[in-house]
Amino acid sequence: MGAAVRFDYALILSRLPDILSALGVTIGVWIASLIGATAIGFGVAVARRFGPRPVDAVLLGYVELFRGTPFLVQLFLLYFGGPYAGLSLDALPAGLLALSVYGGAYFSEVFRAGFEAVPRGHVEAAECAGFSRGQIIRRILLPEMAVLVLPAGVNTAVSLLKDTAVLSVITVPELTLTVSALGTEFYAFVEALFLLALGYWGLVEIAAALGRIAEHRLARFRFSA
Amino acid sequence: MDGRDKPGHDVEDEAAALSLPRPLMTPLLFGLLVKAALYTVSISAISIAIGITLGLIVAAARASSTSLLSWPARVYVSFFRGVPLLVQLLLIYNLLPAIGINTPSVVAAISGLALCTSAYQAENLRGGFSSVPRGLLESAEMLGLTAWQQLVRIRAPIAFRLTLPAVVNEAILILKASSLVSVVGVVELTRMAQDLDTSLYKPIQLYSSAGLLYFLINRVVSSLGRLAERRMSWGRR
Repeated sequence: MGAAVRFDYALILSRLPDILSALGVTIGVWIASLIGATAIGFGVAVARRFGPRPVDAVLLGYVELFRGTPFLVQLFLLYFGGPYAGLSLDALPAGLLALSVYGGAYFSEVFRAGFEAVPRGHVEAAECAGFSRGQIIRRILLPEMAVLVLPAGVNTAVSLLKDTAVLSVITVPELTLTVSALGTEFYAFVEALFLLALGYWGLVEIAAALGRIAEHRLARFRFSA
Repeated sequence: MDGRDKPGHDVEDEAAALSLPRPLMTPLLFGLLVKAALYTVSISAISIAIGITLGLIVAAARASSTSLLSWPARVYVSFFRGVPLLVQLLLIYNLLPAIGINTPSVVAAISGLALCTSAYQAENLRGGFSSVPRGLLESAEMLGLTAWQQLVRIRAPIAFRLTLPAVVNEAILILKASSLVSVVGVVELTRMAQDLDTSLYKPIQLYSSAGLLYFLINRVVSSLGRLAERRMSWGRR
């Protein structure tokens, strides 16, 4: 390494309060968009499975479009194009909306696969036992699906966490924007970005570990097909 | 950014050449986007090719019985899958000049994309190699095939076939992820739309056209993938 590289982490860490509040924004944005994306994804999966055919076709279009184009382009379209279509949003709400709609397309596929994986026999058995339609959904379909869907759901949630970094491009004051700005301020870009990468790495590992714990907890509900 | 991210491309000139009262989307404008889309395709293709090669090495290291090899491979995969691609790109873009390597930003961009995708490809390939049925290898051994012959004639082709859907999926992900390269100043499709928007103020037309192009490219790639899968269905029962 050349002499030009000074590793001066103390300077950056002197701004720990800024970094922590940005971390709060990242986690807050993640959880809010996770809730939005799961709600949209679940709604879309249910509407596609139980709704009429045209609804399924329209929603398939939504899923394909949002999974087939880059998130950054979707974000730009909403944030820069929105005002021309009467939808002026600040960076944070625009970011939340874009992430939720984008994540929703992925989550709908996760839920769709879950619905399909619940064995028909279980539903038929419940029907024979005199369960009502509501009971079947509440007692059979949803719990069995929750277990089946969890690993893929955790993966999608972790991807969403990493995607929050993209919101820095439209100036949402989250971790990536804040830490790289500190790097510019102290002329210590490489150090700042190393810290940033390590921070995300830790966050992602923690999120994945939480997912594994949840999977373990729910393992007793697993059935052998 | 620190001022280094100015595109070497004279978009302003090209935009100025467009006559001003204009329809929604001129052929000239769309032509610029298509040209940029081809650049996106080349960047992605190079990254994917490097990524698969690196992924193969990492997968082999990870499958190794010495922890001296398998442990670093594990950390490699975990790191590149655990850090947002945008952060990796920014890191590489700033790290290379800091350690005395001055390259055009497109080199940093391809390195970032290739490193990131190699970690995912390594996992895909590992899955493929570990799913080759044991019985096939045992019968190959009985027939007197050497280890190399087993690898080239049995393990690699079967693993590749098993991995193909995941590899195609990853290729599509990288095509989409390559849009992030715009942030380090590479004038690919997204950056072209952005640059044109800066001078023309037509975000809806430009970004939806860019999105459409990405969508079409992905469609082509996924149908090529399905075609290849069908071609490789030999020996299936």
